[in-house]
Amino acid sequence: MSDQAQAGSRYDVADRAARSWGERLTSWESILALLLVAVFVVNGLLSPYFLDLFNLSDATFNFSEKALVALPMALLVLVREIDLSVAATIALASLAMGLCAEAGAGTPVLILVGLCVGLVCGTANGLLVTAVGLPSIVVTIGTMSLFRGIAQVVLGDQAVTKYPSGLGAIGQGYLVDMPPVPLSFALFLAAAAVAAVVLHRTALGRQLYAIGNNPVAARFSGVPVDRIRFGLFAVTGLVSGLAAVLLTGRIGSTRPNIAMGWELEIVTMVVLGGVSIAGGAGTVGGVVLAVFVLGFATFGLSLVNVPGIVINILLGVLLVAAIAVPVVAGRLMGRAPTRD
Amino acid sequence: MSTGDALGRRGLVLAAIVVALIVLVGLRAPVFVTPSSLLGVVTDTSMLFMMVLAQMAVILTRGIDLSVAANLALTGMIVALVSRAMPGIPIPLVILLAVVTGLALGLVNGALIAGVGLPPIVVTLGTLSIYRGLIFVIAGGQWVTSQGMSEAFLAFPKLTVLGLSSLVWVALVVSAGFWLFLARTTAGRGLYAVGGNPVAARFCGIDLTRQQLLVYALSGAVSGLCGYLWVSRYGIAYSDIALGFELTVIAACVIGGVSIGGGVGSVPGALLGALFLGVVVNALPVVNVSPFWQMAISGAVILAAVIVNTRSEQRGGKLILPEARRAGRGGSP
Amino acid sequence: MLASTAKPAPEAPALVVRGLSKRFGGVQALDGVDLTLCAGETMALIGENGAGKSTLVKILTGIHAADAGTVSVFGRPFAARSPRDAWAAGITAIHQETVMFDELSVAENVFMGHMPLTPRGLVDWGTMRAATAELLDRLDADVEPDTPLKRLGVAQKHLVEIARALSHDARIVIMDEPTAALSAREIDDLFRIVGQLKAEGRAVVFISHKFDEIFRVADRWTCLRDGRHVGEGAIADVTEADLVRLMVGRSIDQVFPKQDVPIGDVVLEVEGLSNATEFADVSFSLRRGEILGLYGLVGAGRSEAMQALFGLTRPTRGSVRIDGAAVTIRSPADAVAAGMAYVPEDRQVQGAVLPMGIRENLTLAGIAAGPLARFLSRDRELATTRRFGGRLAVKAATWDQRLRELSGGNQQKVVIAKWLAMEPRILILDEPTKGIDVGSKAAVHAFMSELAAQGLAIVLVSSELPEVLGMSDTVLVMHEGRIVKRLPRAQATPEAVVTAATGGGHA
Repeated sequence: MSDQAQAGSRYDVADRAARSWGERLTSWESILALLLVAVFVVNGLLSPYFLDLFNLSDATFNFSEKALVALPMALLVLVREIDLSVAATIALASLAMGLCAEAGAGTPVLILVGLCVGLVCGTANGLLVTAVGLPSIVVTIGTMSLFRGIAQVVLGDQAVTKYPSGLGAIGQGYLVDMPPVPLSFALFLAAAAVAAVVLHRTALGRQLYAIGNNPVAARFSGVPVDRIRFGLFAVTGLVSGLAAVLLTGRIGSTRPNIAMGWELEIVTMVVLGGVSIAGGAGTVGGVVLAVFVLGFATFGLSLVNVPGIVINILLGVLLVAAIAVPVVAGRLMGRAPTRD
Repeated sequence: MSTGDALGRRGLVLAAIVVALIVLVGLRAPVFVTPSSLLGVVTDTSMLFMMVLAQMAVILTRGIDLSVAANLALTGMIVALVSRAMPGIPIPLVILLAVVTGLALGLVNGALIAGVGLPPIVVTLGTLSIYRGLIFVIAGGQWVTSQGMSEAFLAFPKLTVLGLSSLVWVALVVSAGFWLFLARTTAGRGLYAVGGNPVAARFCGIDLTRQQLLVYALSGAVSGLCGYLWVSRYGIAYSDIALGFELTVIAACVIGGVSIGGGVGSVPGALLGALFLGVVVNALPVVNVSPFWQMAISGAVILAAVIVNTRSEQRGGKLILPEARRAGRGGSP
Repeated sequence: MLASTAKPAPEAPALVVRGLSKRFGGVQALDGVDLTLCAGETMALIGENGAGKSTLVKILTGIHAADAGTVSVFGRPFAARSPRDAWAAGITAIHQETVMFDELSVAENVFMGHMPLTPRGLVDWGTMRAATAELLDRLDADVEPDTPLKRLGVAQKHLVEIARALSHDARIVIMDEPTAALSAREIDDLFRIVGQLKAEGRAVVFISHKFDEIFRVADRWTCLRDGRHVGEGAIADVTEADLVRLMVGRSIDQVFPKQDVPIGDVVLEVEGLSNATEFADVSFSLRRGEILGLYGLVGAGRSEAMQALFGLTRPTRGSVRIDGAAVTIRSPADAVAAGMAYVPEDRQVQGAVLPMGIRENLTLAGIAAGPLARFLSRDRELATTRRFGGRLAVKAATWDQRLRELSGGNQQKVVIAKWLAMEPRILILDEPTKGIDVGSKAAVHAFMSELAAQGLAIVLVSSELPEVLGMSDTVLVMHEGRIVKRLPRAQATPEAVVTAATGGGHA
């Protein structure tokens, strides 16, 4: 009632909230950074080979392709969508490259083919989700089977291995030799920088958060929700195509099971990075940190001969803990989320 | 209630497609439509039947369980190791052990989802990795082959009673159980209520948390049961058995008309969805089509099914105008 | 088992409510409400939208808990923690919004939550079907128990909901606007059922905006206003005009200050706007400085028509002209470009992005209207936020405070400020003061008046009679999707508006 008489007068409202150090330290990104330090310390103690510049740079080959796809996936999850067909898209793009390579195409053509196939796959997903109005999880489970299935039909139990050496130079090459920076890792860092700027500094980024937090209110505010979602699916496809180029170049062959199961690893990167599966929350920085945590933890454990499948246990626990800890901690501190 | 009502129009269409598929394959390869061959298809599909029903119960509540295949493989490894260590253990006890193990693994999901309130897709993605990894750990990276399993352990799935494989009998019992549960119990009907309209379900006094715990436990128990059946049937247990099978199960649900949005799905529909995939898998080699087609076909069918289902759901809106209301009532006096 | 007649103790009234209070955030929804209901009688609960009727119903049915006050049912103290508690005590309600399961059968909808069981604990479909058929028979409803609910029309669904209430064998039946979707014949049937319930010794609470129905069916009345009990009595002792006065209460001009401002040229002309099911042939024109009130009952199609105008849905027919030139609006972006702004009805869902800050909310429409690839400037955003947030007197600690943490009134101010920052020429306000506190309400009203004085053309959609009458230069009344009456300010009396909105005088 008190503000009735003063309508029109100014209240004293601060421009921004003072952020305490406590809040900063308990932010998800800080926790991930600490986790990353722990990964380096533990692995450094476990194996003398871990803290070696060349080994570490080699390690990035194993996660840069997935990490690249994790960036647009993070944006998709942010707007309450998901693309489970990314690994199958990689397989299909790699297949198309293989067929062209067998027909004698050169490296530039192969790159173009890989990117185009990725873009087409992403566009198909985007159309089914936005124009037809289907749930993305079902659509992309379907296209995952379809894309991977096509690769299986064409390849059977064969493999394409006749790739020009130029493609290998892209997948296995270095942008800078000393310190050693692999091209794929450099691409990931560049893409992460672009994603961070888009998400945190541009009008598009703000609209992504708005859609993720309340798609209805976003639409009522004039945000072109479906166009943006469509664009994200297309970009996710395109980046999957890029990942296919790098991966095919790195391993020099295309088999039907190429990149099998990557969709789950990529989603794990995104969720561990603090992107809420319910949409609307998450940062590029968090995803990048999660990529490093997962990538270097995997590398370190494999140095001491822990089999990959056992490392998966750790990743699974990390994933569940990542979402469970904030909820449980919130409840213990009596901040149970309430409605109204 | 006629069969038509129980199945719904979509179910009848799917049944017709399955029959047409069988007839078409039969035209090219008459051997496929012999009773023994068709029975073979059903036997091959029996585990998918059970897994699809369990997954449907989960999806009815607007959830998803991605950990079912990992649960199957882990439980399969555990019972295989037990059988190796104690060759004399009676089979009913093995089955009970499998069900209880699977149930426990399912309860882990249930506790995290219903208790802590975490999103099902992330939780079951996490437990998928964990369960797969645990197989490797408990077996020390070893495989257990049929040499390591007792004769009785391996004999059960080969048992035939009244001309039907024991696998089919188990699937029949489980299917009947699911039908009874979903059609004839308040908890089962409550699943439809919770998924169809969570707010209204609350108004009716139905507890979402208990329903969630129940479906993930059920899903786990069925996965565990199938774990034993799978390992004993194929005579091998290792960390990669049934890899990716969770997606086949979900695909069969979608094809069978189970709505990923919750609240929609029937036992006959889900079984037909599973049968469709079973027929495709078994028919391809018979008609000399590379089995590699299987995945592409199931992908295309998933997309077709979800488009058809969504289209038929997207009709009518709120009716306010009296003339539209009259039209909408279809001429009743 | 359903026909068993409730036999209340003759001395105890069916329902006694004393001093019931309930607060939601900044809004006192109920403030010390009293109510007494006897067995075998029908009580009309009347009041404007937002007077607290629905909150009272939700407390009595165990969906909300009261902050203070007592309820006793047939002499026993009653405090429902869940809908089950309410059923056990014999209270059941037919809610305003249909609470139903489209995919399930009619019988299941009737018995969800209390299905009859066989001795083995299984659902007894036979009994359930038979009981449903019997209930539907009593309602003269031409509906089969096995039909999936989604195949029914709105009226039939409503009958199913009534059957659901009867299935509880309730001794107190609350009907919250049960006739909104019914035809005249179906309403007759409903009243026959109400008579039957009374004859069986049950008590009925009947909530309706339609006075002819109230006078037909009710024995007594209780009136709520702003969450308070403002009167009760026997229906026989009052006239419709008495009740309207009591509902509206205050002298309208004092609270709602629309200044007299010169009305300018026509800005917006809407001609024949229609869609398939929700509204038809909506035509009006709007001038600079004018506030056009759009009144109607819930479900009259007002919001739907405005959302089509704003490009959120596609109308099937109709044309829009702005400053005399035809415009095509296919999306909210088009509408914004044409100078329109729309403050939606459902603040929490359509208006505010609750987890985001004031600054981010307030600049959202402006950001959405520009190119996607554009860098944001925090300083520019803050400048806009300070300017428009300040103009609406938004109260907050910081401009980064999340909307979730603000009161409803301040949330609404931010949503309005978001659209004012676009400097629109046409402002559509859909229930702008629904569920906000009195102070914020007055601030919003004062501000509307100020905007009109500056030459903005405003459409005010409201279900609150005093607001529409106090603020509007012209009142349009919608009924069943059509504009049925156009009244200039001088002729817009509460009686005339309410009569038109309830379908009186033209049906």
